[in-house]
Amino acid sequence: MILQAIFFYFFAGVCIASAIMVIVARNPVHSVLFLILAFVNAAGLFVLLGAEFLAMILIVVYVGAVAVLFLFVVMMLDVDFAALRQDILNYLPIGAVVGVILLIELIFGVIGWVVTPGATKAIAAPIASNVSNTQALGLVLYTRYVYFFEAAGMILLVAMVGAIVMTLSHKPNVKRQNIGDQLARRRSSAIDIVKVKSGQGLS
Amino acid sequence: MIAAPTTGIIALLPEFVLAGGAMVLLMMGAFRGERSPAVTDVLSIILLVLAGVLVILLPAGKLVAFDGSFVVDDFARFLKILAILGSAAAILMSIDYDAREKQQRFEYSVLIVLSTLGMLMLISAADLIALYLGLELMSLPLYVVAASHRTSLRSTEAGLKYFVLGALSSGMLLYGASLVYGFTGTVSFAGIAKSAAESGPGLIFGLVFLFAGFCFKVSAVPFHMWTPDVYEGAPTPVTAFFAAAPKVAGIAMFVRAAVVAFPGITAQWQEIVAFVSIASMLLGSFAAIGQRNIKRLMAYSSIGHMGFALVGLAAGTSEGVQGVLVYMAIYVTMTLGTFAVILSMRRNGGMVESIDQLAGLARTHPTMAFLMAMLLFSMAGVPPLAGFFAKFYVFVAAIKAGLYVLAVIGVLASVVGAYYYLAIVKVMYFDEPAERFYRMANELKVVLGVCALFNILFCLYPALLVGVASAAAHSLF
Repeated sequence: MILQAIFFYFFAGVCIASAIMVIVARNPVHSVLFLILAFVNAAGLFVLLGAEFLAMILIVVYVGAVAVLFLFVVMMLDVDFAALRQDILNYLPIGAVVGVILLIELIFGVIGWVVTPGATKAIAAPIASNVSNTQALGLVLYTRYVYFFEAAGMILLVAMVGAIVMTLSHKPNVKRQNIGDQLARRRSSAIDIVKVKSGQGLS
Repeated sequence: MIAAPTTGIIALLPEFVLAGGAMVLLMMGAFRGERSPAVTDVLSIILLVLAGVLVILLPAGKLVAFDGSFVVDDFARFLKILAILGSAAAILMSIDYDAREKQQRFEYSVLIVLSTLGMLMLISAADLIALYLGLELMSLPLYVVAASHRTSLRSTEAGLKYFVLGALSSGMLLYGASLVYGFTGTVSFAGIAKSAAESGPGLIFGLVFLFAGFCFKVSAVPFHMWTPDVYEGAPTPVTAFFAAAPKVAGIAMFVRAAVVAFPGITAQWQEIVAFVSIASMLLGSFAAIGQRNIKRLMAYSSIGHMGFALVGLAAGTSEGVQGVLVYMAIYVTMTLGTFAVILSMRRNGGMVESIDQLAGLARTHPTMAFLMAMLLFSMAGVPPLAGFFAKFYVFVAAIKAGLYVLAVIGVLASVVGAYYYLAIVKVMYFDEPAERFYRMANELKVVLGVCALFNILFCLYPALLVGVASAAAHSLF
């Protein structure tokens, strides 16, 4: 029990510290690296909660894909972050007010936390206690919820088609690789053997 | 008395056909390249018609699949057929435009098929997750086709605007759905209905956010702001598509969610729907008066029509829902017919969109002008045209439910609305003729002819449509 508490405070502390560093770090690349640290620690918290599937997803999707994408964008775009930071003091008062309001709302929300009596009895797919949660997800995802799963697949297909429709254009004078042409190339069409007499050169 | 619903995956047959067909068309387009758009258009229409036939051929009664997430009842059948007809007509009307504007892309009709798939899923959705997924599958292709005219600034602006506001409305809808789930502990409509009575004010909050998302999709006031800009900016065949089929699916989800999931708190949502409907009718009537661009005018007109259709839902009775169904069926024919005319407003310089360009249409194209005038009279609600019956049924339902104020305001709004429809008729019949338009494409002629004849001849045998709509409405209660 005490070990669990130690790990909780360790993960939570590092998570908050790195989240603060994301905002205050001067170098945007450092910000993204701290973001990754925050994600990894949040994943640790998920493991402590017994939600190992979410923890792995967090690492794979956020650390593996999203954060690395951020890193690329930050490195490739020539954004002058120092100039952006100049304005931060102008926005500080409003930001602080919004933050305080949000905090108060959160506190009220937590104080007023009452689970509706009927809510728990109607849970659609209760988690079986004797399986790991990855297995539990798998059991409902491809049976009870297969319709939603497939529908989500169709939505992703549309997103892909849409992205291609919006951006792909066939410009006439762009050279493209044509593997068929490359394979059809013969020695005869590619090289010319010429006897060159010394001292005369090629015409 | 109520027969037990049949369960089984057979209920999804039309959806399977559309999904599989869309993927096959996508592969075909990708491999055939430049030559494919014309073929894909035709095959997409055939696919949609096939799905429509399958909807009719499904076993009768209530079919349920996936633990009640997917329901096919008479209500769903009626609206699915309507949505499919709207989409098929939209593809048909785009063929000529795309060829002339050199905008042929095979993805266009495939995206419309995929969007129609989303509509069918949305119409059948009987829980919040299925509803949201259907909604997104319907909307995503809409954002893309709105911006499909990539080189046109207006088109890309319309697409971006629609996308951003659509994402916002999805967020609101999801927030509402999460509140509803939190306060009832279930996402299925039947389950929500069961525990709705005991869950207090939190559920109403969820309901309000949920309805905000619905209102955005059917472009009802106060979530209508995107409509005029998107209608005007999107390519005209896309606007014709937006105005018909997605509205049908949007109204379907609105009605099913309100009636099936929240029967215990009808009094509360009735007030919301009544307000939305009054605001839409008034805005649709007054804001349209000053419009010079016919596509913007149609946007305000559709906002107004959605207000009238929601009058039926506000009644909250089976008769009211029947009114909504009849209204939507007639609305689709009026809108498609009118857009067939708008799509043929083409001269040497390309498409024209100003109402003044219709001047003297009665002398240059007498048949087209006559049919257009009939459609406009029908939209204004002049008897004996179909639009009159549409309004009649929703108002009768509202009066029977005791909503006198709503019905009176509705009638007054339709009088104001009649002004701008009649103003177009005046321009067509009494102004000095402008230059002739190009000859109307054959498929546009067909759409215009069928829609206008439906509106003119509806009064001879209204029982046909009304009977089907009545059976469909009863299947919800």
